[in-house]
Amino acid sequence: MAIASSDNAIRSNKVARTFIYLFLLLFALFYLMPLGIMLVNSLKPLSEITAGGMIAMPNEWTIEPWLSAWSTAQIGVQPTGLRPYFINSIAMAVPAVAISTVAGALNGYVLTKWHFRGATWVFGLLLFSCFIPFQIVLIPMARILGLLEIAGTTYGLILVHVVYGIGFSTLYFRNYYAAFPTELVRAAQIDGAGFFQIFWRIMLPSSGPIIAVCCIWQFTNIWNDFLFGASFASGDAAPMTVALNNLVNSSTGERPYNVHFAGAIMAAAPTLLVYIVAGRYFVRGLMAGSVKG
Amino acid sequence: MAATDPMLDSGADFRTRLQNWLPKIVLAPSFAVMVIFVYGFIAFTIYLSFTDSRMLPSYDLVGWQNYERLFRVRQWDTALVNLGIFAGLYIVISTIIGLLLAIFLDQKIRGEGFLRPIFLYPMALSFIVTGTAWKWILDPAIGLEVTMQRWGWESFQFDWIKDSEMAIYTIVIAAVWQSSGFVMAMFLAGLRGIDNEILKAAQMDGASNFQMYRRIILPQLRPAFLSAFVILSHLAIKSYDLVVAMTDGGPGTSTWLPALFMYEYTFTRNQMGIGASSAVIMLMTIAAIMVPYLYAELREQK
Amino acid sequence: MTMMKKLHLGVAALAVSATGAIAQEVEVLHWWTSGGEAAALNVLREDLSGGGIGWTDMPVAGGGGSDAMTVLRARVTAGDPPTAVQMLGFAIQDWAAEGALANLDELAAEQGWDEVVPEALQAFSTYDGHWVAAPVNVHSTNWVWANTALMEELGIEQPTTWDEFVAAMQTAQDAGYTALAHGGQAWQDATIFDSMVMGVGGPEFYQAAMVDLDPEALGSEQMVEAFDRMATLRGFVDDNFSGRDWNLASAMVINGEALFQIMGDWAKGEFVNAGLTAGEEFQCFRVPGTEGTVTFNSDQFAMFNVDDESDQESQLAMASAVMSPEFQIAFNLVKGSAPARTDIDPSSFDACGQAAIADLAAAGESGNLFGSMAHGHANPPSIQNAMYDVITAHFNGEFDSATAAEEMVTAVELAQ
Repeated sequence: MAIASSDNAIRSNKVARTFIYLFLLLFALFYLMPLGIMLVNSLKPLSEITAGGMIAMPNEWTIEPWLSAWSTAQIGVQPTGLRPYFINSIAMAVPAVAISTVAGALNGYVLTKWHFRGATWVFGLLLFSCFIPFQIVLIPMARILGLLEIAGTTYGLILVHVVYGIGFSTLYFRNYYAAFPTELVRAAQIDGAGFFQIFWRIMLPSSGPIIAVCCIWQFTNIWNDFLFGASFASGDAAPMTVALNNLVNSSTGERPYNVHFAGAIMAAAPTLLVYIVAGRYFVRGLMAGSVKG
Repeated sequence: MAATDPMLDSGADFRTRLQNWLPKIVLAPSFAVMVIFVYGFIAFTIYLSFTDSRMLPSYDLVGWQNYERLFRVRQWDTALVNLGIFAGLYIVISTIIGLLLAIFLDQKIRGEGFLRPIFLYPMALSFIVTGTAWKWILDPAIGLEVTMQRWGWESFQFDWIKDSEMAIYTIVIAAVWQSSGFVMAMFLAGLRGIDNEILKAAQMDGASNFQMYRRIILPQLRPAFLSAFVILSHLAIKSYDLVVAMTDGGPGTSTWLPALFMYEYTFTRNQMGIGASSAVIMLMTIAAIMVPYLYAELREQK
Repeated sequence: MTMMKKLHLGVAALAVSATGAIAQEVEVLHWWTSGGEAAALNVLREDLSGGGIGWTDMPVAGGGGSDAMTVLRARVTAGDPPTAVQMLGFAIQDWAAEGALANLDELAAEQGWDEVVPEALQAFSTYDGHWVAAPVNVHSTNWVWANTALMEELGIEQPTTWDEFVAAMQTAQDAGYTALAHGGQAWQDATIFDSMVMGVGGPEFYQAAMVDLDPEALGSEQMVEAFDRMATLRGFVDDNFSGRDWNLASAMVINGEALFQIMGDWAKGEFVNAGLTAGEEFQCFRVPGTEGTVTFNSDQFAMFNVDDESDQESQLAMASAVMSPEFQIAFNLVKGSAPARTDIDPSSFDACGQAAIADLAAAGESGNLFGSMAHGHANPPSIQNAMYDVITAHFNGEFDSATAAEEMVTAVELAQ
């Protein structure tokens, strides 16, 4: 695809190409700026920062802030650093992403290949649910988690993320499967293949790109969530963002900005990694269907 | 109720009937979860908006009082106006920048594999992570303004975040930074999906670059435009941590957005009734935009 | 399907772990997460662990405790409240009114809390005459922090009246310094405003306007004057004040860029951490016009109703540990505040700490100890925030002083 697409290229002269490169580089700088500032300041001693040189390069390089943020910074009463919360976040995000993706794939499969009356309505309702402001669900959700006796646990948090992730994952898979030839499904049906067999043998093997898109999207949203994490799993089960917030937003008391920045980059590392490593699949996955109506 | 399975007839044995029901059984948990956790909660919020709830939900009805109060609160007007400015600019600018980046990246650019993740990565970060960095960049005393002046551009001025008239625009800048790369990815995917034969034919006919993009390529990107619109408007309406991290609603109350208003009134100010009524208004606004769009989209695809 | 199964497994696992736990424990929700604060709280944790009581930590920082309060609501709604929660002022009263707080009367009587805690504080620690919370500290909010070297350089004596205060700042501004280091965040604006109201109208007016919410007082000439003073102060802050964190404002005074900062006593920690000594390199004095009065906020541990008997025991043990003089000293030395008990030996505190303890005792005696509006101890959060809106809008030039006073009346009416 990438090679074929080269024909889209404007028949261009040198001036135009230089302009294009400049434009792209300028924007690359714009995009990199906040991360750059965080990185630079996380490698400085605090005295350099408070003395006013917030955007300058460090005079003295140090990795002390990183070590501190990871293992000795005060998050609660004990100086544990961010380490234990990192594990919490993994334990929350991985199952939540997996479950919501599987559910989305099955829903998308049913909605496109087993069309029944009202399917469009069901999909419309699911899609609208993506737009619900999370602030309004806090209190009733807390009540339900309490009734299920999973309030304040990672399980509760997984449930919440799955519930509010299904809308988007269904959207992605539905749009992708809509473009998938229905004849193949019908043919398999006539050959006697069952519902799950078709899904497993025919749909899934060609779903690679959209699974990548869905996982990236869900992982980013779930990993970065603060509101649900703070409300439903604070304490020992708190995810990384809640711990980071405790590190960064302490109200009264000293503010070691360099440790804050180191912690912030750490908290962002998994999602950054996912985007950098899987970014190319992301465009490919989008290309393969989800933006093609 | 009627399944489209061709094998449905009077002689269907248990297995076939199970096969007929399976799709609905598979969809049922998601549907149930959605009815309870989304529409049930929306109903609950609508109910709360007619009660005198303060710190915790209460079930004493007070009629339209919360709505009357809501529209007398000055910050609610501010929040609505801000949402209009913010959402409008944010959606338009992100779309334009995303589209330009995608078109330019699609010109056989050397280093595309290097540039693309750079454009895309901000979407991976929450504002809890980047908020402080943004605050510093925009702060004239320590950020861009003073740095530019130090580099010799003495007259450079950029103090919007300190100005209650302009602060909302700095929120737009940070929001565009976060999601324009994502929009770029969607357009890039759309561009790569366009059939080259049509373009070649157009080139043969002597169409100029500009004409080619305007007449042929952009119309084909319609689905990408729509997806971008849905995702961007959803992000705009939910924008909360962005404002909290950058200005916390200030200077004064000049950068309040409805999501912030809702949170503030429900949880900080113990006026859950008013908070709920603001949520209802927001939901109705979302519905007013989304329902026609969904209706058109879904009907067309049938 | 998969989800349901997981859920079941989850619930089962939880049930097992719950029956496995026999040890006594307290679960504490708080927002003391900065290094010093957390270390101070750790003193309490170790106290309790000495008595065989475990500590489950639930820190939620941000927004001066507002995020923690949101979490608390979720926990109580879920039917699973923490044992103890750090709380400020009216929040305690609101939760007590919901019937969510435990009764500490027995312990309080045994340890004589009535005698050692100032009455103005008891107003918040008790509900309907019953003790429901254990106060940890008293922050006073009407302090001015000053750079001694800069005062000497400019030939400024410690101002004792509003006019002298303004003159001193004028001198500093003329000499090219920032006269008043300030961060334009709503709560910081309001912190200054408290002192202006107190300074203009004295204790009776403060009581009428901020606590009793008398519309006449709110719209009075004195209120206009208080806003005028805010406008005067606005002329002495630098151009970049908006959105600045308070500790960066303190840094301006520490670095000698700015002369004064009006801020609560938690600012002291910044000066001390920078290696400065109270009474020598930096000065603390009451905001001119408010001498003899103290506006305060007080962190307290509100104790929630817990069913389990062993939990109740550990809850009482925690309340008792919070009120012990040793903890009150250890914690407040770090936090910069004064102990909530008035019978503490002040000798281990620095000059500012000793002054705070003496002022507090005197104000408590004379009835001039008032809850700070800015910090949620004068009126409930809905009204407090409505006032914030007006104060901040005025400070940022959206209203003139007369309009601001009118807006104050409307805003308070709408929030009630």
